Amino acid sequence: MRWRYFKQHAFFAIVRLAAFSIAAAIGAFLVYILVNGIGAISWEFLSEHPRESMTKGGIMPAILGTFYLTAGAIIIALPLGVASAIYLSEYAKQGPVIRIIRVGVNCLAGVPSIVFGLFGLGLFVVFLQFGSCILSGALTLGFLILPTIIGASEEALKSVPQTFREASLGLGVSKWQTILRIVLPNALPGILTGSILGIGRAAGETAPIMFTAAAFFTAKLPSSIFDEVMALPYHVYVLATAGTYIEETRPLQYGTVLVLVALVLGVDLIAIIIRSYIRKKKRW
Amino acid sequence: MKRKIKETIIKNIFLFIALVSIVILALIVIFLFIEGIPVFKVVSIKDFIFGIEWYPTYDPPSFGIWSLIVGSFIVTLCASVIAIPLGVLSAVYIAEIAPPLIKEVFKPVVELLAGLPSVVLGFFGMAVMAPWLQATFDIPTGLNIVNASMLLALMAVPTIASISEDALYSVPQEFKEASYALGATRFETIARVIVPAALSGISTAVILGMARAIGETMVVLMVAGGAAAIPESIFDSVRPMPASIAAEMGEAPFRSDHYHALFATGIILFGLTLSFNLIADYVSHKFKEVGSATL
Amino acid sequence: MRTNDSIIQTKQVNFFYGTFKALIDVTMDFEKNKVTALIGPSGCGKSTLLRLLNRMNDLIDGTRVEGEVIFEGTNIYDTGIDPVDIRRRIGMVFQKPNPFPKTIFDNITYGPKLNGVRSKDAQETLVQQSLEQASLWEEVKDILNRSAMTLSGGQQQRLCIARALAMRPDVLLMDEPTSALDPISTAKIEELIAELKRNYTIIIVTHNMQQAARVSDYTGFFYLGKLIEFNPTEKLFTKPDEKQTEEYITGRFG
Repeated sequence: MRWRYFKQHAFFAIVRLAAFSIAAAIGAFLVYILVNGIGAISWEFLSEHPRESMTKGGIMPAILGTFYLTAGAIIIALPLGVASAIYLSEYAKQGPVIRIIRVGVNCLAGVPSIVFGLFGLGLFVVFLQFGSCILSGALTLGFLILPTIIGASEEALKSVPQTFREASLGLGVSKWQTILRIVLPNALPGILTGSILGIGRAAGETAPIMFTAAAFFTAKLPSSIFDEVMALPYHVYVLATAGTYIEETRPLQYGTVLVLVALVLGVDLIAIIIRSYIRKKKRW
Repeated sequence: MKRKIKETIIKNIFLFIALVSIVILALIVIFLFIEGIPVFKVVSIKDFIFGIEWYPTYDPPSFGIWSLIVGSFIVTLCASVIAIPLGVLSAVYIAEIAPPLIKEVFKPVVELLAGLPSVVLGFFGMAVMAPWLQATFDIPTGLNIVNASMLLALMAVPTIASISEDALYSVPQEFKEASYALGATRFETIARVIVPAALSGISTAVILGMARAIGETMVVLMVAGGAAAIPESIFDSVRPMPASIAAEMGEAPFRSDHYHALFATGIILFGLTLSFNLIADYVSHKFKEVGSATL
Repeated sequence: MRTNDSIIQTKQVNFFYGTFKALIDVTMDFEKNKVTALIGPSGCGKSTLLRLLNRMNDLIDGTRVEGEVIFEGTNIYDTGIDPVDIRRRIGMVFQKPNPFPKTIFDNITYGPKLNGVRSKDAQETLVQQSLEQASLWEEVKDILNRSAMTLSGGQQQRLCIARALAMRPDVLLMDEPTSALDPISTAKIEELIAELKRNYTIIIVTHNMQQAARVSDYTGFFYLGKLIEFNPTEKLFTKPDEKQTEEYITGRFG
């Protein structure tokens, strides 16, 4: 008996160690970024253009660029994703075709972002001749998060109890009105959570925008969607790998990393809070 | 009757949009192939995959990506060695052992880790880990397999942990109760009943975690060192496929052989992650435990 | 047993789930302003028949209907008939109470609003009338703006009845409406059924034979997808024509 409990204690100790080492790694990482980055953060850093070959000044164009790209991506992916999910889960006859489409969408959600970058390069930049610009980057990021948004929206739609649909249809309400007034409102928080996580993902991705939108440095802010932009993740990459002043610009790098991490994790945190709120509120 | 027409129109609008999405997603595959296939006019598929010389800018160039494939697999395997035990054990902790309050905190923390931009981890690897590794082990460069694998592991852990946790969580309560009622300890119940019942979900989690690691770009681009050669030790540099694509695409002239070769590398990478995902899907459906019986 | 007062007739109805034949050649007449009960063991097709009467089975993929269901002179399965119109005239109450996660008021007005009842006055009148008809008004008149999810199970089911009544249907289909309720709530709903029959035709599926005997005027007994016997309730429960019916009601099987 004692031996059995010894095994249990040993196992639990290992499990706790594993779990807490992960938590500790994340904690240490965030603290490290915060401590090293906070010194660089000032109003000037957030609101000014870079100066002197990006060794001084701020990162405002990169923040703005990331905002444009992310906003563009969600504007493309959200309507497409939600409407597709509505078709797949509310209208389509469930059969082998729909099952294959679902598996396909699911697999595409796992395709590496660099592959999406190649696709964006091939289709938007080269084939459609948009060039490297906000439009190409936003489309690429939009399609990158499209499978995730379809998946999350389908999940949210499926979680609306079938009895709600039956009750509404049983009252002689049409299918579209049922979807619009009963299904969508109840699925909305779930769709929202998925979309916000998509926003976080789009904002933090580097590989898809490297060849489709991001510029090393732009002297002016973009004036149309056919201009190249700077973007936070790419800025981090460029400052850390290219150029002759890598060591000198470390504070700027840490500052940029801190802004990017705060932005992405902030967005994710909003999604997590919304979700825990719905889980508590849900009654059915 | 008017309403019926309206309903039909609405349904067809949704059908149309769904088709647009599916076509777009299909286009990804199509464009990858359109831009990648032409390289096989200058190099055979066999030489492309198994050739060990990757000199795309030499004259004449040679396009053999075997060392890139090996690089990808090595960092993925090393990352798995770290990430699988950490991820699965964390899932066991969250699902079975953690007190409710810690569980509430732990799950979002793991999720935040999943959301960390990869460029940030790459940056951390370059700025902090590499100098430390170099000094500690007295090696020529800290940008190597060990460094990249540790960071990739960090990226794969949330995938493995959260999917495994779902699988553990969905093991019916009745199984646990039956085991406890037979006098098993919590450890025995976890090891003999819960984990085996959740095994298909855990396998899915592991496969998807590995798929995430093999496709990850920024970390390997920044910290794997970039040497296109077969490594001899875990402190050697490698050049995994995503790193090669990301690093060279900027310089490869449009529609040159080099450009096509990079797209072809993308096809291989796509094929690999696709098979990982298909296997995961198959495993999760095929071996799904049928829940508790209903009367 | 054709009567002049029938409101719905089924004629040689067969129903398939894929290749499984769930109903075989069912022909029945439902009389106006009466309560008809459908009884039989689980899986006998009684609920399938009920859901067929307002085309709720359309929602299940891979089903097929043969034969006719005549409602006021037209076959509701004719091409060109909109199931939405049918469901407005033939309301339904489900096995488990299924109020929407909205306020009590909004639950009742949900259907009527979509049918053009816009004025606040008309809505308020409708809410009061429907809740009174469902004997729920006294209990909820002060909390109309509270979420319907806060009501008890029995209250929720009466709310669902009120919600169906607010559409002013001709027929009310009830699919085991008390199976998820406690005995007191069940008794209230049974009283309500007796009240409602003055204005509505009610068809109720129940697995509870005492309930069928208490509330219904006619009873149909189903077994393995066939209508075995259809008679006035008193006759069916006292001297049934068929041996199978007798075995079932005396508890020898099912």
